[in-house]
Amino acid sequence: MDAGGPRRSKGGNAEVIPLPPSAPPGVLTSDALASDAGFFPTPDQYLALVRALKDDGFELCADLCGVDYLEHFDRALPEGVTPTRFEVVVNLLSLSKRVRVRVRVQAGTKEPRVDSLFDLYPGSEAMEREAFDLFGILFDGHPDLTRILMPEEWEGHPLRKDYAVGRVPVQFKEAPGPR
Amino acid sequence: MSDLHVRSAARPELLTVETSEGAQGLQRRDLTTKSELGRELGAVLRANGLTLDPNDVDVERSDDETMIINMGPAHPSTHGVLRLMLELDGEFVLRAKPVIGYLHTGMEKTGEVLSYVQGGTNVTRMDYLSPVANELSYSMAVEKLLAVEVPERAIWIRMLMAELNRISSHLVWMATNGMDLGATSMMIYGFRERELILAFFEKTAGLRLNLNYVRPGGVAADLPDGWEDDVVVICDTIYERSFEYDELLTGQPIFRQRMEGVAPLSAEEALALGVTGPLLRSTGVPWDLRRTMPYLRYDEVDFDVIVGTYGDNFDRYAIRLNEIRESVRIVRQCVEKMPRGDYRSQDPKVTPPPRARIGESMEALIHHFKLFTEGFAVPAGEVYSAIESPRGELGCYLVSDGGAKPYRLHVRAPSFVNLQAVPLLMRGGSVSDAITVISTVDPIMGEVDR
Repeated sequence: MDAGGPRRSKGGNAEVIPLPPSAPPGVLTSDALASDAGFFPTPDQYLALVRALKDDGFELCADLCGVDYLEHFDRALPEGVTPTRFEVVVNLLSLSKRVRVRVRVQAGTKEPRVDSLFDLYPGSEAMEREAFDLFGILFDGHPDLTRILMPEEWEGHPLRKDYAVGRVPVQFKEAPGPR
Repeated sequence: MSDLHVRSAARPELLTVETSEGAQGLQRRDLTTKSELGRELGAVLRANGLTLDPNDVDVERSDDETMIINMGPAHPSTHGVLRLMLELDGEFVLRAKPVIGYLHTGMEKTGEVLSYVQGGTNVTRMDYLSPVANELSYSMAVEKLLAVEVPERAIWIRMLMAELNRISSHLVWMATNGMDLGATSMMIYGFRERELILAFFEKTAGLRLNLNYVRPGGVAADLPDGWEDDVVVICDTIYERSFEYDELLTGQPIFRQRMEGVAPLSAEEALALGVTGPLLRSTGVPWDLRRTMPYLRYDEVDFDVIVGTYGDNFDRYAIRLNEIRESVRIVRQCVEKMPRGDYRSQDPKVTPPPRARIGESMEALIHHFKLFTEGFAVPAGEVYSAIESPRGELGCYLVSDGGAKPYRLHVRAPSFVNLQAVPLLMRGGSVSDAITVISTVDPIMGEVDR
């Protein structure tokens, strides 16, 4: 790795998509992602922005996932975005315009919490439950925020970076075993 | 605490303790508050663009009229380990809730400790019926970040394999769907024809199921000698036999009665729930990523996007049957248009050197060693790549921090999202219809749970 930090993929592959007219003012955008246009709302702007995008023809919430940037508070973000540990990434798809946009919201560090998209896209229900289960991100207004992949009594959120990777201890022939 | 383990029908609350998934499961009506009950109804209605009138919530229905039963996770019609909790009024389904996670193996977490070279072996196991689609989505995401050029021949080989895989996946669907409806002959025929394709996969990639054939930069091996003849035989056989299945199933009155008009889905509901693939197309929305947002060279081949009208079980069946024929068409064109050249990128940073070079060249030896110990570094960035898998939009969201392992690997599994349509489709139907719903939604639990 060179002194200037890791190489960054060149962005600008995506068409520049203007903010929809009804979007909340001051949402930061970026066309420097490796694919698709990116919007970076604050948690307060998040729901209003997604609502504006939905009205603008983004009919399908293709994907919603969490990312834990514990080791990368210095990641590339447009100027003015305060990086937090957790990010919620929403990929929206417009069938009529045949474009995708990505909404990345900084969900917080200690107790990540954003609004739920359930009212706009009922299909985000399972995806938000997954993000809650694996990252511990809370979604306000979600009707049924329970674990979905892990058992109900599980402790911790496995996809967090400070959650250790499980391993099976290797048993060698000569090692003193339990027997 | 020991008396907790006594299974006794006289103490139903103990049985509940033993089998309950807690809040993940479907709660009994008398334990459910009005708002909770309404929320669940409302969620279904909202998909229709309607709102719930709170007075419509039937909380008065007492529990001795309804019954909550578990279907699965080991029920033969649940295609693996899907567990459904159904609230029944006699024969009819009032509420349904899928409980998933029984096959959760933490593949997204595993993806973070495997290098990009090893990653293919991980993702290929997610949707175990269409491994090529998984590898393709993953490889395309890595290639987008690397900005590596994939040779023309590799692209066409990928298309050929992806379409063969789509055929084999749909054949298994036809087989298991037939099985669920009692058409056991279809089960045997579907698996028989799939074997032709698996044999070709074995000849090409060395493996039948989890191929790890599509890799970042190209494919693992060139097509074997005489592959054209094999592929043409596969195409001829399957195309011809697809008409036999048509006759066997479409002409079957019992099959039609169980499929036609059962569990309809509207386009608005499908879009609201994020449903993609044959389920979305069955509602009449002509959305196929191969056509609408072309990747590989799908814009250079001729094929039709099959759409349905009613969004019922029968449309979903008809779409899959006809997609087999369309895929045969694409495969034939791949055979015709297959260019000559490299089957993988010649960039030594991404592609390991050929075995023969390692003995002669120091540089090749170093590249080989570096690639298989630490892998290649991928420029930092975030990318989402989506392809049309046999079940819908298969997306891969990849975050790289500039190292040799993905910082975050998220797979947007079509089955996981499509499964949300199950409670809506089952509502009001009978239990036997519920089985056809699971079957035609076609969830692959490996992909749902990852």
